[in-house]
Order: sequence, then C-alpha cells, then structure tokens
Amino acid sequence: MTAQVKIVPGFDAAKARADFPILSRQVHGKPLVYLDSGASAQKPRVVLDAMNEFARTNYANVHRGVHYLSGAATDAYEAARRTVQKFVNAAREDEIVFTKGGTEAINLVSYSFLAPAIHPGDEIVLSVMEHHSNIVPWHFLRERQGAVLRWVDVRDDGSLDIEALDAAITPKTKLIAITHMSNVLGTVTPLAEIVARAHAKGVPVLADGAQGAVHEIVDVQALDIDFYALTGHKLYGPTGIGALYAKRKHLRAMRPFNGGGEMIREVTRDIVTYADPPARFEAGTPPIIEAVGLAAAMDYLSGFDRAAVRAHEHDLYAYARQAVGELNWVRVIGDAPGKGAILSFEAEGMHAHDVATILDREGVAVRAGHHCAQVLMERFGVASTTRASFGLYNNRSDVDTLLAGLTKAREILGS
Amino acid sequence: MDHSLRELYQEVILDHSRHPRHFGVLENATHKAEGYNPLCGDKVHVMLVLDKDGRVADIRFTGKGCAISQASASMMTEMLAGRTLAEAQKLMDGFIHLVKGEEAPGLSADDREHLDVMAGLSEFPMRVKCATLAWHTFSNAIEEGAIAAAEGAAS
Repeated sequence: MTAQVKIVPGFDAAKARADFPILSRQVHGKPLVYLDSGASAQKPRVVLDAMNEFARTNYANVHRGVHYLSGAATDAYEAARRTVQKFVNAAREDEIVFTKGGTEAINLVSYSFLAPAIHPGDEIVLSVMEHHSNIVPWHFLRERQGAVLRWVDVRDDGSLDIEALDAAITPKTKLIAITHMSNVLGTVTPLAEIVARAHAKGVPVLADGAQGAVHEIVDVQALDIDFYALTGHKLYGPTGIGALYAKRKHLRAMRPFNGGGEMIREVTRDIVTYADPPARFEAGTPPIIEAVGLAAAMDYLSGFDRAAVRAHEHDLYAYARQAVGELNWVRVIGDAPGKGAILSFEAEGMHAHDVATILDREGVAVRAGHHCAQVLMERFGVASTTRASFGLYNNRSDVDTLLAGLTKAREILGS
Repeated sequence: MDHSLRELYQEVILDHSRHPRHFGVLENATHKAEGYNPLCGDKVHVMLVLDKDGRVADIRFTGKGCAISQASASMMTEMLAGRTLAEAQKLMDGFIHLVKGEEAPGLSADDREHLDVMAGLSEFPMRVKCATLAWHTFSNAIEEGAIAAAEGAAS
C-alpha cells in the first residue's frame, strides 16, 4: 500500500496492457480480446500481488485482537478505507462504508436510509437506464411500503433529459437514484447538475457508480452528492468488495442493516446500542484481503494520468463506433454526447447470443443479453444486445478483431 | 472457417430458425407453459393438445430467441407430434444427453439421425440451455400447464 501515488503524465496503453497477466492467454487457440470489462474488469499484477502478500505476511481478523497481526491487519484495512476516501475525495474516512459490492451499497441506502422515511405515496425518481441493482432495492420499498417509482426517460440517443428529471421531482420525492454511467448505453449523467437541481428542492441523490467510478473522475465533495456506490471488481480490483460513500450526517442518522459482531457498542440481554459509522454498517468479519486488493487497484488507477486514460478509452470507442457505423446491418444503441467506452448494438437478423458465440471462437469476449437492464431494453424495443465494453488495457487491434468477428458472424448466420 | 462453428450453425439449424415449423398459437390447447431464459431474456411459449390416448395430437410454439433456441423449438415440435408422453419423455432425455455430448442410448436410430444436427452443441456448453429451453417448457406444460376445460373452450 503506497502512501503517495506518483502520477505519470500521459498514458502508455501498451505498457499498461502488460500489467494484466490474463491478457497474454489464448482462448480457443486465439489471443484473448477482452471486451467485457463492463461486466467485470481484469486484474493487474499489482492487485494480485498485494492480496497475496498481505495474506502471506500480515493477515488476521480486524478490530478484534490485541496481538500483533490483528493490529497489522486492522492498519491495512483502515488504510484501504483512506485510499477509497481519497479516490472519491470524501472529506472524512468515516464516510466510507465497505460493502460486498455496489449492489449491497445501494441496498444499504434503501434499507437503512430510505425505508424508515417512506410513507405510502412517497416517490423515488429513477432513470430508465438503471441497472437492476439500482431498481430492485427501490421496488422493495414500493412492494413493502407503498413507495411510488417515477421513471425518467432517456432521449433516443441515450442521453438523459435533465428537464424531464427536474419535472419528475415533486414534494413527495424522497430520493433520486441514478447511474453515473450506464452499463448498456455508456451515457454519463451530469451528476453535478442533477444534485444541484435536487438539492434546490430538498431531495437527496444517490449515484450508482459501478461504471462511473472506473471511467470518470469522482469528487463527491465537488458534486455535493449524498450517496455514491462503487464496486471493486469493475475497477480492476477483486470481487466481494465495494464501498458506499455517504455524507456523515446521513450515516449518523441511519439504522443498521446487518446485525452481528463489530457493529455494536454494547449488547446486554435487554438492549443493544450501536457503534458509530462506518463500523455500524460493517457487521461480521469484513472482506479484509479484498479491501487491500481494492486499495491496490485504486492506487494503480490513480497512478495514471486519469484524464489521459479516459482519452484513450474514448479514442477506442470512437474508432469502434465509426467502424460499426459503416456496417448498414448494425444498429448502435446509445450515442449520447460525451458517453463512455461502451458499445451496445443489434445486428440485423442475428441474435446477440449467436453473435457472442461466434465472437468467442475468435477469442473475443463480449456480453450478450439484457445486461441486467430490462427496463432500458424495453425502452429501446430490444430483447437483447451485444455489448463491447472497453478497459484501459484495450487497443485498436482489439477493435479490429471484433469487427472481423462481426463480419464472420454475418457470413455464418447470413442475412 | 472454424469447423465446430459450421457444425453448430449448419444449414438445417439456420433453416429451422428462419422458418420455424409449427410456429403460432394453438387455440384449442389442453396444455401450455412459458419458458424463460433469464440469461438472455429469451422467451418461448409451448402449447399442445393431448388427446384421450395420451398422445401429443398437436403442438405449436411462439417466442423470440437465438438461432439455437428457435431451431430447437421448431425441431422439437416436428418430432413430438403424434408421440405418447412416455415416448416424448424418452426423446427428451435422449436429446439432453446428446447436446451435452453424453451417450444417449434411449434414442432410436431414426431419432438419433434426426437430432444429429444438434450434436454440435456439445462443443458449446454455454449454449446448451438455449437448446433445452423449449424441451423443458414442454415438460412444464405437461406437468403443470393443464388448461381447465372451460378455459380451453373459451379461448
């Protein structure tokens, strides 16, 4: 765990690619072309090594023992929290709650923050491009407590209609829950403006940063956002770890979600009192090794000139977008200005699953299906799409292989 | 060209997927079920008439899906028509073994030959569910999908 991350200006994509051991393997006898980072990103050597090294030398349970290793593990775990704090530029480290992922972070807000405040008829504003993880926790409140979900549409190019969002806010609105970056369309939402408009009406905002935290630079203080959920495994880190940023005033008012060890102040036969945040929300033994891995991933990413990484990904997307744009049998879904590097499309006469199978034989890994965004699929009138999502390790050659694979799919499956 | 891909997407399969047989709604169905593959969002409806001798007198399907799931549903309806439930079960068991690349001793030589075009699936374990969706839906229709006489008559 590095205390100070040294930033290298510019971005050497070829050098970064070499940091990922898995990218040198073959699939079906072809070099792996990994275009499924939106589902889960591959891990650089520094993340794998950090977890291995920690487990081999400093591992024990945290916040419990008086012995040496317990202290060392606790130090590493709390240092990881400060790394997350810095990564999203939170004002305080106790505003970062470790979770098992982005999904759990959003469920925590649903259960601990919003559920106690919901009366029948209260409203939650969502966009139609949300991932199921930012839909189903709110459906729970609809089912159980009579909350009303108000949906904000996107335009045909996939961009968010900020005026429609503004109009959806009523005196009954209790929360706006919106993605930072759509996992299907690649649309990046104007979070600062959304927060400003919501706060003007006294409404808090939660952002699902599963994609956004990876590809955009997040500053929760500049955004003045109330909640920001992120996950480790899409951020070149391990599975089983994520984090919720929440303003301290919210966390202090929130009831606990899971009950168990570590989250209490005192337990008697008759009463229980709870620890202060963030411990209040981290019942049980947390994912300690994974927290160390997440911190290593954030340090890794922060070691790059992030604007240059973003420019690299946008360049790849533009290259791919132009190439598929020349195929009159491919329909791209999501063309919002300033969008991230996610290319979703439908190919005429070919089902996404068949396309993905043929691409797979070329070594190309893409996602095919509804991408856990069925509300959005319905909005665009498609059952499924093929999705190529880019990471910092991809290059133009990956795009060329994708395009060659698509042409082959067309040959095999016909028109 | 990748041999296993050609094997999977051979002409018979593509023809069935583009021109599915027995595609449509069966008004006088005695049994029906809806199958769903949450992985890809594909849906298939299977409707059939089971006659008093326990034979599949008529069978149809509707739905949207990949080439494999559509072709498999189409071939299934061709093969099940006229069979008893016991024969249908045997065929289904054999089919599932076949697409997983396992021995399928229960299949007659004729059925084996007919289903041979699906044998290429054994090279694509991620796609086996696409091929078995219609068959499992048929099975569900028989087990749980009986339509009450009044409802059947009304529809």
